[in-house]
Amino acid sequence: MSERRWAGLLLAGPVAILMLLLQVVPLLLVVGTSFTDWQLGGPAPALVGFARYRELLADPNFQASAAATLRYVLMVVPGATGLGLVLALLISGCRRGRSLYQTIFFLPYIATLAAMSMAWQILLHPSFGLVNQALEAIGVPATNWLRDEATALPVLVLIGIWHETGFAMVFFLAALASVPTELHDAARLDGMGAAWDRFWLVTAPHIGAMTLFVIVVVTAHALMTFDTVAVLTQGGPGNATRLLLFVIYQEAFAFFRTSQAAAATVLFLIAALLLGALQLRLGRRREGA
Amino acid sequence: MMLRWQTLLRHGLLLLAAGLVMLPMAWALLVAMRPQDAILSTDILALPQWAAVTRNFARAFEASPLLRFIGNGALVCALILAAQLLLMVPCGYALAKLRFPGRDLLWGCVLLGLMVPAPVLATPLFVMVAWSGLMDSVAALVLPWIVSSLGIFLMRQFFCRVPDELIEAARLDGLGEMDLLVRVLLPMARPTLGAFAVISIVAHWNDLYWPSVVITSAERATPPFGVMLFQTQEAGTDYGALMAGSLIIAVPLVLVFLLLQRRFIEGLVAMK
Repeated sequence: MSERRWAGLLLAGPVAILMLLLQVVPLLLVVGTSFTDWQLGGPAPALVGFARYRELLADPNFQASAAATLRYVLMVVPGATGLGLVLALLISGCRRGRSLYQTIFFLPYIATLAAMSMAWQILLHPSFGLVNQALEAIGVPATNWLRDEATALPVLVLIGIWHETGFAMVFFLAALASVPTELHDAARLDGMGAAWDRFWLVTAPHIGAMTLFVIVVVTAHALMTFDTVAVLTQGGPGNATRLLLFVIYQEAFAFFRTSQAAAATVLFLIAALLLGALQLRLGRRREGA
Repeated sequence: MMLRWQTLLRHGLLLLAAGLVMLPMAWALLVAMRPQDAILSTDILALPQWAAVTRNFARAFEASPLLRFIGNGALVCALILAAQLLLMVPCGYALAKLRFPGRDLLWGCVLLGLMVPAPVLATPLFVMVAWSGLMDSVAALVLPWIVSSLGIFLMRQFFCRVPDELIEAARLDGLGEMDLLVRVLLPMARPTLGAFAVISIVAHWNDLYWPSVVITSAERATPPFGVMLFQTQEAGTDYGALMAGSLIIAVPLVLVFLLLQRRFIEGLVAMK
């Protein structure tokens, strides 16, 4: 018996040590730093309590960035989840071409977003982009989509939806495959002819749990949006697209304001933990069902 | 008759959606196949030219070390995945089937680790990388991510489903823990390992955040970071070359996906 005890320590030991070094220590470091006035390379730090958090929450730039992030998430999540569901419903009714459609719609999730952002930039280019050329052809004046405060965030939302819809779709397809076809046939015989009725009464109860799961995961993805901001807008114009992760990136690695960045990171962590706890609960409920 | 119309409508909508989804890539490809003056003109219908294709792609390759970015990406992903597998398999097994002091604490850390997103760790890890003098190195790209909570979690769940009788029988045959793991259990775990590999490779190949934190030179750049350098320094307004470069950077993972797509999607869904 005791030999196996040693085996356990030996097999799990390396992970335990590395996890301490690469995850536990960094987490303690970032939480600790957020209560100090420390700057990387600066003088010895002093404790400042919650001062960093108060500064951050009172900073209009941070408020603007939190608001932009919220707006971004509130548009991307329903957009990607709704479109993902619609595509999955359309595809699951197909007799042919299912896997071809699935491949095409999933492609944006795989294709390196940093590179694809540049493709979007050229598509939306103010003078020779396809979008403006097409709009001008029908008499709509050109817009500088990524440099206009009114359109920059919606464009990032559009790219976010483009990126996440295929991800949502594959989960909906898996859930739809679990709806027994007899149920649909029975409903049709019972006179529920309208596809709409059948969707709400037969399909919806089967995919409810998955829908919640998709919403939580896509929310987490949207909250962590960075690539499009870094490549396309750098947070501008003005504060329009300064999403939270980009702000943390700038504070920590461009301005080296270590303790401010740490406080923002901790707030970000709290949001992620809430989502994670939600996801875990949903997962457990599904396993129980 | 009704059904016919429904089918037509269904495919019509799906084809329209597919066209819209492919539009950015299709436009990028078209731009990469046109000479600069045709790109800048407002002639939407300008046809691709073979001379422009060769010129744009050649220019993309000489303007920045694209193959180097791709090679770096492959190296970093391979090192991360290899280390993750080496660590997560034994650990998952121990968590599922062995008793040892600290087991519950370790399991708690794994569950917590599942919820902590990588960018949160990036803020303090950057400080640690700077202290240890590892900035702008392959080690800085690889080391922070070699312990995967997701991987350990999946392996524990897998080993929990393996019946104890099987393990007892193998032990009675005189197999040690290591032999048991490598020769009996690992072959059974192949689907789980494959699914995890997909998640790991996609995440690290496409990651822009961490490389932007620790990498400063084109020499160490991974594909997404390289493409950003490419945009800002080299190809600024040479749009044909820029699009050619972006497509070259996006192609390797897309190809792998097209080859293994069923595995890919099934693996991802199995992860939920």
